[in-house]
Amino acid sequence: MEIQDKNADVPKRAAALISGGLDSMLAAKIILDQGVDVEGVNFFTGFCVEGHTHAIRKKDRSREKRNNALWVAEQLGIKLHIVDVIDEYKDIVLNPKHGYGANLNPCLDCKIFMVNKALTQDVLDRGFDFVITGEVIGQRPKSQRADTMPVIARESGAGDRLLRPLCALNLPPTLPEREGWVDRGKLYGFHGRDRKPQMALAKSLGFTDYAQPAGGCCFLTDPRYAGKLADLWDARGERDYDFDDIMLLKVGRHIRPAPHYKLIVGREEGENNFLSGYRRRFVHLNTVSHTGPLTLIDGKPKQGDLLLAARIAARYSQGRGAEKVSVSVHHPSGVTEELRVEPLPPTELEPAWHVGG
Amino acid sequence: MASVVTNQEHPPGGTARLDARGLLCPLPVIRTQDKIRTLNVGDVLEVVATDPGVLHDIPAWCRVHGHRLLTTERHTGSFYFKIKVTP
Repeated sequence: MEIQDKNADVPKRAAALISGGLDSMLAAKIILDQGVDVEGVNFFTGFCVEGHTHAIRKKDRSREKRNNALWVAEQLGIKLHIVDVIDEYKDIVLNPKHGYGANLNPCLDCKIFMVNKALTQDVLDRGFDFVITGEVIGQRPKSQRADTMPVIARESGAGDRLLRPLCALNLPPTLPEREGWVDRGKLYGFHGRDRKPQMALAKSLGFTDYAQPAGGCCFLTDPRYAGKLADLWDARGERDYDFDDIMLLKVGRHIRPAPHYKLIVGREEGENNFLSGYRRRFVHLNTVSHTGPLTLIDGKPKQGDLLLAARIAARYSQGRGAEKVSVSVHHPSGVTEELRVEPLPPTELEPAWHVGG
Repeated sequence: MASVVTNQEHPPGGTARLDARGLLCPLPVIRTQDKIRTLNVGDVLEVVATDPGVLHDIPAWCRVHGHRLLTTERHTGSFYFKIKVTP
């Protein structure tokens, strides 16, 4: 007598990693169209480009403000679980087993972490049968290579429950394909950095709007941001960070005249408002006689450093051409002092002081 | 939503509150999602937040998960939402 799988008629469930970009949207759509019950998972690491910076910078507020992962889920008609992994992700950033990419991006470890988290998410009554990603062999130099694809599958614990619908035909059949949960004949064999196949597929599936470019969603791939993070670690003498640290690295000009302190100078009203939320924790400066930025001083400035800090703050104020600018210096103790300073001429602002280039 | 379970600490039909002021998106959405997981079907969650991004993200999240957004209000730089938890 043939033993029937009591769950044979239950639709299989797949967790789709949804970044908000095109590839993960297509991957989820391909599997969704095969009758699989797909739910999206999106991880918030703290380094995501989306959201925060758009909220902070006033110049970005004119853009349509949408969370692309949520938007993708809505287009696909699937649920999306947004998971806060800020604390857990720290170990990935600080101790990547497979090292960094071009900057401080631990892409391979990141992908392993996310596939594992998706597979073991406890947000649902029962787990997922397999995980879908929008990976394409050869598309990313660090994590999306022929030799790293098996590493991600193995080290995430997903094994052959990890399906990459966009490049599946270039890989051995996975469990969902072998078991007939999905039809391998309806999967794709994309490879390389050319985006045209994905764009053509998007068009054929009726998607005319999607976020561009795919994959550019992490600050750790940004050389300027990575430079600021490396500078933070150098200045503190330890590789560590908290959430506020990585938020502040996204905002303002970072100027380090000396190893023991740096200035974070707001570039516009939105950034000044954001920095204002942190002002009580830092020595901070306001220009009084002229409209100007809010400047935080991170580190341990000495009394003599405040004069240079004030001159730099004045240099970025409306009084940059004035003979003197009044600058208020506020200490966390509540003490405030006012300095009359000559704005620092651009020629005296050392290029090397600009953190992150 | 499959993850909404009966919670003895919150009788059905109750009202819960979430203060997400000062958080930038997507954190208000994440906190809303996590709070709703602790509530019962029929409960109402009142959320207050300050990031204008919530005006887009919280309604989108409700649509994606099928929860009913009852009201959206704005007062002096804060945004207030009432969300009814649905199955």
